[in-house]
Amino acid sequence: MSDPTPVVSRGLVKRYGELVAVDHVDLTVERGDVFGYLGPNGAGKTTSLRMLLGLIRPTAGSIRLFDRNPLVDGAKALAGVAGFVEGPTFYPYLSGRKNLRLLAAYDDGDSASRIDQVLEIVELRDRAKDRVGGYSHGMRQRLGIAAALLRDPKLLLLDEPTTGLDPAGMRDMRDLVRRLASEGITVLLSSHLLGEVEELCNRVAIIRKGRIVYEGSLRELLATAASGYRLRTADNERARALCLAQPGISGVASLEGTVSFQGDEEAVAALSIALGQARIGVTALVPETASLEELFLGLTEGETGDAEKAVA
Amino acid sequence: MIAAAGRVYEWELVKLLAQKRTYLGLVSAMLVPVVFVVVLLIQAGGPSQVPLGRYIRETGLATPFVVLFFMSIWGLPLITALVAGDIVAAESHNATLKTILTRSRERGEIFAGKVLAALTYTLVVVFAMGIVGLLAGSIAWGFHPLTSLSGTKVSAAHGFGLLLASLAVYSLALAGVAAFGLLLSTVTRNSAASVVGTLMFALLMQLLAVLPGTESIRPYLLGTQFEAWHGFLRTPADWAPVFRAFWVCALYLALPLIAAYLVFLRRDVAGD
Repeated sequence: MSDPTPVVSRGLVKRYGELVAVDHVDLTVERGDVFGYLGPNGAGKTTSLRMLLGLIRPTAGSIRLFDRNPLVDGAKALAGVAGFVEGPTFYPYLSGRKNLRLLAAYDDGDSASRIDQVLEIVELRDRAKDRVGGYSHGMRQRLGIAAALLRDPKLLLLDEPTTGLDPAGMRDMRDLVRRLASEGITVLLSSHLLGEVEELCNRVAIIRKGRIVYEGSLRELLATAASGYRLRTADNERARALCLAQPGISGVASLEGTVSFQGDEEAVAALSIALGQARIGVTALVPETASLEELFLGLTEGETGDAEKAVA
Repeated sequence: MIAAAGRVYEWELVKLLAQKRTYLGLVSAMLVPVVFVVVLLIQAGGPSQVPLGRYIRETGLATPFVVLFFMSIWGLPLITALVAGDIVAAESHNATLKTILTRSRERGEIFAGKVLAALTYTLVVVFAMGIVGLLAGSIAWGFHPLTSLSGTKVSAAHGFGLLLASLAVYSLALAGVAAFGLLLSTVTRNSAASVVGTLMFALLMQLLAVLPGTESIRPYLLGTQFEAWHGFLRTPADWAPVFRAFWVCALYLALPLIAAYLVFLRRDVAGD
């Protein structure tokens, strides 16, 4: 029997009166994915995550986490699931360690025995005795990861984990997420930072005004926008003539000291051999793809962000 | 379920012990009888118009009863409201509800832990006030037999038993205030509104209990139950107000708690 899928949502809807914050969202996060949930601020990412974690009730639709329904199974549906939405929060008058002990007491299993280990992972052991009220934003984010890791999760839901961090903090947080993913933890990462998603995720869903406008592999998304190649040689004129004569190559044009063209990978491979045989020195042959940012803006164009702003 | 709620209860107490407002209420409750005794020691006269007031200097046993009479009106309801009105709302204020609701405990278990913690605090405050009052009074005037409201003497040991029973019955009525505070705390998600609202509720209940024209409903008002412990101070004891306090307070306890539980169970946790 195959392992249950970490996250499956179908037709997920959340309405607040007239306002539709999440509109028929279908999500599937497979085991081992680092899944980027991407959208502008106010697109419905956090509301979706809240529904996944059972914090708010969907108006319609279904959610299954490892084949369990949070609405029916309650906290049991969160077995193996951890994370935070809208930033981790703690009791400011308790120390970091005491907060973790409290959360371990709210967990089943042996969370308490992992407190030292997770403090070590997030490099907070030296500050564990200090009150959380005195922690910096970055330390709270790291304590949030520690709190999640206490549960020895198979699925980690992180909502904007690098928001508010300085560049070094962002790098550390991304390294941590990458390391956790390499250890086999499935990660659902909500973010509006395209670079972050591009750096960490293998699959993405892009949400716009509460609706999913793309879900699938990041590589495929980027490939759909492949617009051609740029060629720079020692003799661009001869290279251009050769491109025009080469089967499978089209759209040949001279552009800014380069030759641009379209073609599939097979035709481009044949072209590179032909260039060699013609003794035309190639200094660069670069595929031209739209950046994730361009794709994102294309998919979310016209976003106003009103939906979730009103909810918040 | 019970073990899980027990763990939540244990940590709710840890949280209470880490907050200043907990000590503010507790220390106030213990300080009032001490101040009361000190004032009576340096001044002549006394609170002869209140139950046992005229015997205040005969025995230290009278002190906690007299202080309870004064504190029962708004002091203890305020202290109770400080914690009961805050215990759920503070989670909204700190946005920690989402933190604890995404662990392994069911909402019902978390709510039960909070209710138990709030009621424990209520009980501790009342008994702390009573015991400190007894100690302060006994140091000032000794631990002697007590003159009951019927004018008969009861032994000091018997008087001590009556004190414990009186504190317990008053705690029951105060638990009704705590339950209302928990309801407001759950519904409003705002500590200040819950604390003020709870105090207003307690005062309104007592006001209704003395207003003319409310005679028919008076036995069933929470304010009336605040004085049920007076029944213990008669010889023989008048059990009628005590028994009525049991079931009336049970209703004032159960109804708000059921309502709060249902709200807590179904509420959307967005931004808190």
